Amino acid sequence: MTEPLLHLAGIGLSFAGNTVLQDVSFAVQEGRVASLIGPNGAGKTSLFNCITGFYRPRAGRISFAGQDLRRLKPHRITAAGIARTFQNLRLFREMTVLENVMSGMHCRTRAGAIGAILRLASQRREEEEIRAVAHECLAFVGVADERDRIATTLPYGHQRRVEIARALATRPRLLLLDEPAAGLNGGEKRELIGLIRSIRDQRAITILLIEHDTGLVMRVSERVSVLDHGQMIAEGTPREIQTDPRVIEAYLGSDEDADALL
Amino acid sequence: MSLTSILLHQALNGLVLGSFYALVALGYTMIFGVIKLLNFAHGDLYMAGGFVALLVLSAISGIVGAGWPGIFLAMLLAMIAVGCLGVVIERIAYHPMLGAPRLSILITALAVSLVLENTVLALTNGQYAAFQTSLGFGGVAIGGLFITYSEMVLVGMAALLMVTLELFVTRTQYGRAMRAVAVDTDMCALLGINVPTVIGVTFFIGSALAAAAGTMAGAYYGSLWYFMGFLIGLKAFTAAVIGGIGSIPGAMLGGLVLGMLESFGTQIPGIGSQWKDVFSFVVLILVLVFKPTGLLGRSEQERM
Amino acid sequence: MASDARVLARLAGPLAGFLSRGIGRWIALALLFAAMAAAPFVLGEYATVILTNALLYVVLALGLNVVVGYAGLLDLGYAAFFAVGAYTVGILTLRAGMNFWLTLPAAVAVAAVAGVVVGGPTLRLRSDYLAIVTLGFGEIVRITARNLPITGMASGLSGIRQPWLFGWHIATPRDFYYVFCVLATAAAIVSARLSDSRLGRAWLYVRYDEDAAEAMGIDRVRVKLAAYVTGAIIGAIGGAFFAVNLGAISPPSFSFSQSVSILMAVILGGMGKIPGVILGAMIVVLGPELLRSLGEFRLLVFAIGLLLIMLFRPSGLWPGRSHAK
Repeated sequence: MTEPLLHLAGIGLSFAGNTVLQDVSFAVQEGRVASLIGPNGAGKTSLFNCITGFYRPRAGRISFAGQDLRRLKPHRITAAGIARTFQNLRLFREMTVLENVMSGMHCRTRAGAIGAILRLASQRREEEEIRAVAHECLAFVGVADERDRIATTLPYGHQRRVEIARALATRPRLLLLDEPAAGLNGGEKRELIGLIRSIRDQRAITILLIEHDTGLVMRVSERVSVLDHGQMIAEGTPREIQTDPRVIEAYLGSDEDADALL
Repeated sequence: MSLTSILLHQALNGLVLGSFYALVALGYTMIFGVIKLLNFAHGDLYMAGGFVALLVLSAISGIVGAGWPGIFLAMLLAMIAVGCLGVVIERIAYHPMLGAPRLSILITALAVSLVLENTVLALTNGQYAAFQTSLGFGGVAIGGLFITYSEMVLVGMAALLMVTLELFVTRTQYGRAMRAVAVDTDMCALLGINVPTVIGVTFFIGSALAAAAGTMAGAYYGSLWYFMGFLIGLKAFTAAVIGGIGSIPGAMLGGLVLGMLESFGTQIPGIGSQWKDVFSFVVLILVLVFKPTGLLGRSEQERM
Repeated sequence: MASDARVLARLAGPLAGFLSRGIGRWIALALLFAAMAAAPFVLGEYATVILTNALLYVVLALGLNVVVGYAGLLDLGYAAFFAVGAYTVGILTLRAGMNFWLTLPAAVAVAAVAGVVVGGPTLRLRSDYLAIVTLGFGEIVRITARNLPITGMASGLSGIRQPWLFGWHIATPRDFYYVFCVLATAAAIVSARLSDSRLGRAWLYVRYDEDAAEAMGIDRVRVKLAAYVTGAIIGAIGGAFFAVNLGAISPPSFSFSQSVSILMAVILGGMGKIPGVILGAMIVVLGPELLRSLGEFRLLVFAIGLLLIMLFRPSGLWPGRSHAK
């Protein structure tokens, strides 16, 4: 087995004395679609926040493509090649769809105040490149027609796509999707599965997603990890997870329907 | 004067100054606690308190005199009047803005501060107003230190107000609700706590404490000015930050620490009293750089 | 007052629309420049001096607008940078005998360093803290200027000589009026170009959602610092020309109320909108001239106006898209 793209070892996180994550170890191989599931409050989003540098775990190591991420700020982690979306949509309000997606190119470009004030040739070239990349990402997720609308006025499903386009514009190697199917209808979910596959296959981006819709998870992912009460209780192929007694118990023990796994 | 008596004298100065800072800082920190707003107008409520007390005192001094009984009465009325003013300001200016971007709320607070200052400026023509009392300069000598009765009463009053506040916050239903709202407003609303009332009570108490400090400062220094709230607002913020913003004991401690720092800091050779204010701002910036959560503030989950 | 604002906005709406499109825009600009060039001849010397002051405010307000209107940071001590520029020029020309034009880069450098020193540590914290720290910084600069012999203590510096530019002695009020016309135009162009750039967009991203901006790979501290320092530099340039225009500077010109006036200019017209900020600067300078009869109540009128704007029309008087909600 090759060195995993993302490797977490012994991650511990606590807030004001409450343990949120305990000794979580976990790896994602390059080129996979991997999923993280678990009941509400299991610590899935907290784990995302540790990977992306928004939380600082009190213990453990996180490495990405051989690089230690533990001391890096979120923007450095994005620059290192990890992009994310948010569970509740976090588009920049009052800005157009295109402007939203252009934000992703910030860490791949360099023009500063002087370049902008003097309108240097290098700055103008860069601006064109930013627009071109943003447009290409929008076209890829299928909402290029709406690029000049104010992003927050789009239908919900399209806003989710804009968030994905914005993350793609950072040119990541690993994309973290936090509940990308939340609030989508059946048709939109099917399209999402197609989109996730084409991101992996056409853009060679590894994907890690958190999702509540276990049906979608089982269809789209090659590896599934289960988090419960801040601990990793199972890991394996979708089939192995569906039959794992600990997983079934974790779901039965919560309010959620264990049938969802089957 | 011997070195000991100089040090004792500065400690006393620091204590008096620190009491004023602490009283104003308490309101700052309580209001920040419940609505997460830096209330720029808070220092101006201190100024308004001084002026209301002066008005009351000049009206009643013919009957009760301008000694301590008159000052207490004036202070009490000023606390009630300015407390209500604080509630009105919250309802009119801040309440409609709670969903607005932070920048808009901060500017609104600044606008409220300017309205208060310029109202008093227009009414007083920008002149100093004499706060005449018949307190005199009597006192007792303890060791090498002479303490006036006024100083003793002022520090005693400030301590009494702070103890009362502490009891209110820890022992009463409103006090507990106030602390709960400071932790999680949305959750409190879900649990059936009447959040707007709690915010109103907080504004009332915070403003009343500032008015008490304004009255005491007027009686102590003997004059009032429309702009006197500006500097103390800044100092009180500094005190609140030193103690840990949002923390009530922190505001008391921070006020005293800042009072002492200023009092002793100006004795360092090369830092005369003309540098006193610069000294406190430098302290503020240093605290923000090295210990932004202050002495007693809770640290949040560290964000990188 | 609020309904006045609404009426004004309704009247200005179609006009602003016309002015922002194609040929209408060029005609409007040509008329504006013609009016600016002709003004001193038509209006006489007193009005020219007032207009020069208004143009200085346009420069300062556009500088502060980068901080407040673009990056959404509240700076309550902007006059400090204005002072840094003015005193750097005053000290270097008077005490070191330097040529004015050589002191300009020095003023810019000092302002940039001061901006980094004050903003660097503060901008890591909650953004509200910046408001208070800048307020404190404004007072530090003013008190320092009042207490140091090199800055002339309370009486300030006087006898700052008017500069020469390629054989043109910039001396009369009319000369300075034209200099400030050029400065204000340059400030407007710089603002517009910054707003429509990678950095300008980054200011908005950070302003609307710091976490999402960080997740997009934007260093929020660095981006905010860039705004703060850009504002500082523009303020210092305004201060430098202010010093040679008046020939004398003293601490009261750099007080808290000066910072507030500049901030009012930014807010009244409309934060983040260049024409709005220019309109705001004009109101702040020309308004008190028109309200002279009100005496001490003049500032109160402004304060109440500011409060009403915030409560009823936070996007300012100028219509159209605003970066502030």
